[in-house]
Amino acid sequence: MEDEQSFSDICGGRLALQRRYYSPSCREFCLSCPRLSLRSLTAVTCTVWLAAYGLFTLCENSMILSAAIFITLLGLLGYLHFVKIDQETLLIIDSLGIQMTSSYASGKESTTFIEMGKVKDVVINEAIYMKVIYYLCILLKDPVEPHGISQVVPVFQSAKPRLDCLIEVYRSCQEILAHQKAASASP
Amino acid sequence: MVLKAFFPTCCASADSGLLVGRWVPEQSSAVVLAVVHFPFIPIQVKELLAQVHQAGHVGLAVLGTWCHRRQGAEERLGPFLEGLGAIFSHEPWLQLCRERTSGLWSCKATCQQGPARVKDQVMLVFYDQRQVLLSQLHPPAALPDRQAGDAAASAEGLAAVFDTVARSEALFRSDRFDEGPVRLSHWQSEGVEASILAELAKRASGPVCRLLACLLSLISAASACRVFKLRPLSFIWSKLAVCGQLGHRLEQLELVFSTQKAEKPAQLMRKANVLVSVLLDVALGLALLSWLHGKDRIGQLAEALVPVADHVAEALRHLLQWLMGAPAGLKMNRALDQVLGRFFLYHLHLWISYVHLLSPFIEHILWHVGLSACLGLTVALSTLSDIIALLTFHIYCFYVYGARLYCLKICGLSSLWRLFRGKKWNVLRQRVDSCSYDLDQLFIGTLLFTVLLFLLPTTALYYLVFTLLRLLVVAMQGLIHLLVDLVNSLPLYSLGLRLCRPYRLAGTLPSSQPA
Repeated sequence: MEDEQSFSDICGGRLALQRRYYSPSCREFCLSCPRLSLRSLTAVTCTVWLAAYGLFTLCENSMILSAAIFITLLGLLGYLHFVKIDQETLLIIDSLGIQMTSSYASGKESTTFIEMGKVKDVVINEAIYMKVIYYLCILLKDPVEPHGISQVVPVFQSAKPRLDCLIEVYRSCQEILAHQKAASASP
Repeated sequence: MVLKAFFPTCCASADSGLLVGRWVPEQSSAVVLAVVHFPFIPIQVKELLAQVHQAGHVGLAVLGTWCHRRQGAEERLGPFLEGLGAIFSHEPWLQLCRERTSGLWSCKATCQQGPARVKDQVMLVFYDQRQVLLSQLHPPAALPDRQAGDAAASAEGLAAVFDTVARSEALFRSDRFDEGPVRLSHWQSEGVEASILAELAKRASGPVCRLLACLLSLISAASACRVFKLRPLSFIWSKLAVCGQLGHRLEQLELVFSTQKAEKPAQLMRKANVLVSVLLDVALGLALLSWLHGKDRIGQLAEALVPVADHVAEALRHLLQWLMGAPAGLKMNRALDQVLGRFFLYHLHLWISYVHLLSPFIEHILWHVGLSACLGLTVALSTLSDIIALLTFHIYCFYVYGARLYCLKICGLSSLWRLFRGKKWNVLRQRVDSCSYDLDQLFIGTLLFTVLLFLLPTTALYYLVFTLLRLLVVAMQGLIHLLVDLVNSLPLYSLGLRLCRPYRLAGTLPSSQPA
């Protein structure tokens, strides 16, 4: 079962949340970030090239212009491959674990998997960063102390959705975690 | 918990048969390792499982049945497969089925005992057997002297599941070309993966390691003999960087060529890293050697060395003349200035005469020292650092003289300052006590105090200048040592593995999209 809804992130950009319910114990949430805008790309390229042209008129060396072209190209490729995240996915499978995938604009995918045995809870935290923002995070159990928390893993770090989107994801995750806790409590 | 079945991707297209693997009750998961095809004799299947259990200390069992059939055909296979459940009893009994044309899967798990006869949910997880087996970061295998059952205490969670695959290597050794009693399907059933070079290297490594270990032990025994422990030689040994580097390399080579097998993957990585770093070092050293010995570069270097030493001496002479005058507008004490300046100038003159005396032999010395580059770039760099230290020995001497003078002056000043205030340093109690001095003691003390105080700027300036020069030389040597340490300790093998074969360094593996 698939479902798509439109939300906004903390800066005002448009986000699309796709929910897939594969089964009562397996759900996937896919957040698509706003694409690279032509305006910002043009602005950066123009700035770099104007600066290079200014240097060229000072130094009369044409290598500066070729170097500026190379830098722009390499910078764009590096940005697309290492920085710009197109889509963030959260896959939660009951009794197996939680998997977070970030796919970059160049097609690269980086995945993190957390076993269900290590997950204590999924919560929404508040943070103060020039204003109050909310973020969803996974709390991991501490092997030494039974009631302690060893790590806080934030989710959807580059999409940064607002509270309404987070509440949807939070509710679904809590349903699955409650199911998981009931199953592990009963023998 | 939901029942999870881990199924290898290579068996998805195999013919019908029995599922063989391990049941992990803590995770409620069944790890399928291979499929046994018809026809088979149940006794032989049980013997094979017992063999694997002995080899890898992992308890395998028949987990269920696998059925890969055309749509609508062979309905009589159903009761036959159910009957197999009676021969190989296992709790719970899995029944996986796949339609050949449509590709639809169906999974069922039944329990003989327990409240539920049929489990409602079975989660099927596909895993790539080859990548799991080749990944090197699994927890280490349990020691064989533990209890003979499943030694699963060392691995927890999902790692236990993947650890099973890693330890069942004995099961994957037979392929479909073997004439064994039982026909299996797994990732190597199309033919065992091996490389001729790897096999040859493995065969050759035993005797080669033994030979090299003997040689290295001879060298280390020779270097540890009594002659080198005598006073002057051992002092020089400890000061030269080359000897330190050679000793370090000897230790590393002993580690690599030791005849003990590495137990843990971490130790294997360390050995591989050291070997790759030694090979790179020797390759770079040989490149440097060929560059140095071509086109008479050593001659050019030797010819350039003496003028450079002269130039440095000239610069130092100018510096001393400047200090003897009025440096930076400060007014020095004329007499002390002249004494110190002339002393240092004479020392410089001695040093330059010594360098000029050596100049005919420099080319030969450089040629022979350059040969040490064949032992590695790090050795060549350490030699360079030692040559710099030897050539700037006069700067080191100046620094020592200046520092000693300054230290004496400060000691004297502090002691006389205490006298000035009427106090004394109590050596017994390690503290400052008051003391009543005689009049003549006070008079002479105050006089000496003022003399030392007014001479302080001169000595302090000489000390400052020579300390800065010494710091410069030490910084240069430090840079070279940093480079040497970088070549020594960069884990190139692990980096290369991360770039080229990232799955071999995986601790846990991500799962793909659920079906």
